[in-house]
Amino acid sequence: MIISSLYIAWHYVVFNKVRTATLVACITLIAFLPMALQLVLTESERLLQSRAADTPLLLGVRGSALDLVMNSLYFDDEVPEILTMQAADEIGDTGLAYAIPLYVRFQARKQPVVGTTIDYFDYRNLRVAKGRMLALLGECVIGADVADEYGLEPGDSIVSSPETLFDLAGIYPLKMKISGILQRHHTSDDQAVFVDLKTAWIIEGLGHGHEELNKTQDKSVILKRSEDSVTANARLFQYTEITDENMDSFHFHGDTTIYPITAVMVVPNDAKAGTLLRGRYLENTQYQIVRPTDVIEGLLENIFRIKSVIDAVIAIVGLATILAIFLVFALSVRLRQRELTTIFKLGCSRMTAVRLILAEIVIIVLMSGIIGTGLLYVVQANTDTLVRILIFS
Amino acid sequence: MIEIESLEFHYPHGEFHLSIPHMSVSQGEKVAVIGPSGSGKTTLLNLIAGISRPQQGTVSVADQVVSAYRDAKRRDFRITNIGFVFQDFELLDYLNVLDNILHPYRITRALKLTPRVQQRAIELANGLGIGHMLKRFVGELSQGERQRAAICRALLPEPQLILADEATGNLDPRNKGKILDLLFENVDAHDATLLAVTHDHELLPRFDRVIDFLDFRSEAAA
Repeated sequence: MIISSLYIAWHYVVFNKVRTATLVACITLIAFLPMALQLVLTESERLLQSRAADTPLLLGVRGSALDLVMNSLYFDDEVPEILTMQAADEIGDTGLAYAIPLYVRFQARKQPVVGTTIDYFDYRNLRVAKGRMLALLGECVIGADVADEYGLEPGDSIVSSPETLFDLAGIYPLKMKISGILQRHHTSDDQAVFVDLKTAWIIEGLGHGHEELNKTQDKSVILKRSEDSVTANARLFQYTEITDENMDSFHFHGDTTIYPITAVMVVPNDAKAGTLLRGRYLENTQYQIVRPTDVIEGLLENIFRIKSVIDAVIAIVGLATILAIFLVFALSVRLRQRELTTIFKLGCSRMTAVRLILAEIVIIVLMSGIIGTGLLYVVQANTDTLVRILIFS
Repeated sequence: MIEIESLEFHYPHGEFHLSIPHMSVSQGEKVAVIGPSGSGKTTLLNLIAGISRPQQGTVSVADQVVSAYRDAKRRDFRITNIGFVFQDFELLDYLNVLDNILHPYRITRALKLTPRVQQRAIELANGLGIGHMLKRFVGELSQGERQRAAICRALLPEPQLILADEATGNLDPRNKGKILDLLFENVDAHDATLLAVTHDHELLPRFDRVIDFLDFRSEAAA
């Protein structure tokens, strides 16, 4: 009898496609939205917290702690106030911790270019899956996602993006040679292009390479020549790629301790050293030391506060939809009065009629369940990407 | 086959009143019921089938006092003993012809849907000339084809009594004759009884007997 009821109900729902599709869509959305939201938030919480927990302290210029953390940990394109290499040296000089400078300001093919030192890779436990680690000026290693997205291999090149299209006199794009591809780490590191700090400074134009003025045959590039110096005009050719042939011509002007960085990852020797360092910077008017976990917890509190509002809205909309669905079923029973009269005449009992309507509800709910589960599966398989789009973009 | 005594029926709302002092139909008889519109012909069929219940009097079918039965028992008796061809066919538009014919077997416990029943449904449909349209939906059928599907559904359980309410209404004369032939063939084949409401006086000579509702009125008045 149950199979017969399901058989008849199935034919009814298939015959009334529009009504069925509408009901299935309503039920699916009402059930799917809160679950998908929960999935995305749980994953974002996990991603944010795990990365934050892996980073003991961050030093940056006093200002937005959130910008500092988001830029340093997730390579967000919101660049915090710039500090100098001197700040990193000062941390090292305390003997309480070692410092890993970060310069996250530029992009290459819309991916963040992270200027740092070899210590970063050791600390984050990043290993090279293909090729080799950074060794020379102008080289880069790329995250697994960058390699996949652009089909890049060791030996290929990637060009840094100019900060603005109209900055004609400023930063030249630098063609960087890919020395290696990092193992997938399921963190923001998978989506970054890593270069040595000096390479990052070359992208900024603080270091450069050009033809030697003493040897140039083109006299028109010489602006002024004295006994101890030669001044060239803008016609002097500057290299946009660092090769074995021109590497020696690259140089930096001035004191590199005042060169820019965006943050310093501070790795204290122990908990006590960390506390001491935080105490020392408590009253510092120029710099701040933040614990990323504290900042992320604050961010999550805000996200979950918003989530509870969204949950409440979904609950109200859901309740209204469920009521509307009940109304649809109640109206449909009324509209089907003639059909019900027919089946009663044919010998159907009231109980069987109720069973037929329940079978229809079961089928519709089941269809919604299957579609909702499918959608949840898709969301779950892509939570990492979704979180990056929704939270980090 | 059918015995009605001192029957009084009226609907809870409205002025309609049906009074039948006595009516009898023998086993194997083919009887036509005629009368003006609104005189209660369809109501009479519903009372015999046990769909409605009289306020007074008795309705017996095959020596069973159907009117005394409780709802569930009346329903089971109807399903297994009476085939009803409804005036407006009562087919479900979301089922195909075969599923419509088999529908009573899927909504009642009294009838068991077996492969043999399904085979018989196909044979019956072939016999009624709708065997090639079993997979079609009701909306794709002509009036005559719908009528045949309804007859097929009524005949499938091989009932002792067939009640036909305007079974040939809305049909052209050629199809009327055909439908009646099919009904008569099946009734004769199973030695069943046929009680058919009709407005079509041309068909009356083909029946064994005619019951005129005007007679009941004069009888009741007397």
